[in-house]
Amino acid sequence: MSTQPALVVEQVAGTEILEGRTPKRAPSRFSMERVNWPGTILIALCSVTVLIPLYVTISMAFKTREQAVDGNAFSLPNPISVEGFVAAWQLTNFPLAFTITVLVTLATVAGTILLASVASFAIARNWDRKLFRWSFYYLLMAMFIPFPVLALPQIQLTGLTGLDNPVGVTLLHIMFQLSFSILLFTAFLRSIPLELEESARIDGASTWQTFWQLIFPLLAPMSATVGIFAFLASWNDFMMPSLIISDPSMQTLPVVQSIFQTQFSNNYNVSFASYLMAMAPAIIVYLFTQRWVMEGVTQGAIKG
Amino acid sequence: MTTHAPVTTSAGRTGPVRAGRNGTGAVPKAKRKVEGIYYLFLLPSLILFTLSITLPAVIGIFFSFTNSIGFADWDFVGPINYIAAFSDPAILQSYLFTVGFAAVTVVVVNVVAFLLAVGLTSRIRLKTALRTIFVIPMVISGIVIAFVFNFLFSNSVPQLGQSTGVGWLSESILANPDLAWLAIVIVTAWQAIPGTLLIYIAGLLSIPGDVYEAADIDGAGKVAQLTKITLPLVAGYVVINVILGFKGYLNAYDIIVGLTNGGPGTATRSVAMTIVTGFTSGDYAYQMANATVFFIITVGIALLQLALTRGRNVL
Repeated sequence: MSTQPALVVEQVAGTEILEGRTPKRAPSRFSMERVNWPGTILIALCSVTVLIPLYVTISMAFKTREQAVDGNAFSLPNPISVEGFVAAWQLTNFPLAFTITVLVTLATVAGTILLASVASFAIARNWDRKLFRWSFYYLLMAMFIPFPVLALPQIQLTGLTGLDNPVGVTLLHIMFQLSFSILLFTAFLRSIPLELEESARIDGASTWQTFWQLIFPLLAPMSATVGIFAFLASWNDFMMPSLIISDPSMQTLPVVQSIFQTQFSNNYNVSFASYLMAMAPAIIVYLFTQRWVMEGVTQGAIKG
Repeated sequence: MTTHAPVTTSAGRTGPVRAGRNGTGAVPKAKRKVEGIYYLFLLPSLILFTLSITLPAVIGIFFSFTNSIGFADWDFVGPINYIAAFSDPAILQSYLFTVGFAAVTVVVVNVVAFLLAVGLTSRIRLKTALRTIFVIPMVISGIVIAFVFNFLFSNSVPQLGQSTGVGWLSESILANPDLAWLAIVIVTAWQAIPGTLLIYIAGLLSIPGDVYEAADIDGAGKVAQLTKITLPLVAGYVVINVILGFKGYLNAYDIIVGLTNGGPGTATRSVAMTIVTGFTSGDYAYQMANATVFFIITVGIALLQLALTRGRNVL
């Protein structure tokens, strides 16, 4: 695992555009081209604090029950065993929890991109109309309302309307992503030259065709950012599903991990195998999309 | 922030062009007719948003003035819930803990992230690989990583303390009412540093390299460059990070549930955790009053953020 990130980075490094420091490396700085080795070593040592919990998770997950129980987190698994994964798979009903989480996450990503992009298009192209301008500020409001504030009435309402299930969680996930996404989309839409759309219209395209065939593809980089944020927020969320979904057998992956706090609390190899299966998908997605993740954070902060 | 920006840019640009396109170009100021499909684009968001955000907010505030327990009959009781909530030691303690924890975490996260960002933008090797590693915590579920740290704090660290004979390490800090909050700060910082770090990296990269060259020529040392050039130039980014961070940590829930579940006792129970007990303990209206106050505080911080970032050209 520890070598995995480095490999992927090397591949992406060529296309890395965040790295604006190339001028500093250029010979313009007298003969100060030398590499800062003490700095490199210091930073590398700091990165160990990130890697230790990940290393512990992986090594504990592959231990046998006997080895895991001795509590020494830092020893390597000997022998390597997958019994923890087998047990975790059954105890958490992994296939079902995984499917539910994947469906909730995918629906959140797709729903957020679609709803936010069409709404942003309508807002950006009708900015001169009060209704659209006010709708923009209205939809932005949720950025200032954290979930805990709305949790109680939302539990009450989803219960009353039969949405106390993964569908309700998906809807709420989309709604809490909407403000931020609309902010990013409208900012991006303003940078697309209107002439493009006009030529499409002269060719006889309707508004819907203009959006779907011309604008939506142009929005792709922003959709990637919006989508990744929706993915991370939805995949990793614990608070909302744990409060909204009333049937424990329909819970998402992060929520089912709590069973190891009460039952089976000494089967560390099982619990860590389960933690690993819950966090691995997000890490893998991140390694392949890190450019957009990193750009997204920066844009999100500057716009938001 | 930028919420006010579209007014000038967009209105100025789309207005006239738009009128021209609809064939009424002769009178640029004429009110054009909005195509029906635009309403169709906007409506789904507006309706769903109103039903799932605005309506719960209104209902919640409404019930905070009643004696509702979440179902069954209720009566109006006026502002009594608000008065009771703020003479309730449990709620006051949760505010004290949450604000204190958020303040400490903000300082820790920003100091560490800023120093790391300086390191990661200097002439070091393995820059991209190291940055990839540092961002990983951001993509891991808070509750899951809290469970991992829970194991480390309650098993591995005490074991390490016993084998090295360091007394204060040999007991789990999660079981100590005075120190458990430190564990929460550590794990929250572990997870929050990446986002803050990326924003600082963007800030540092926005400083042109020749500023440092000039400083070099003038004989400014590295420390002087850091405090006299770098820090003032990224001040806007510091403001953003501090406020976004503080706002986020006030809502702490997942990591605390995974580490201490509010304990030992109620020593580490956050405001968010107190609010959601409203359903299980039949204190719906009472905790809704608490949530309303919490909401007002959040809005206050957001307004402060607007006031501080508006008009700054740094971002």
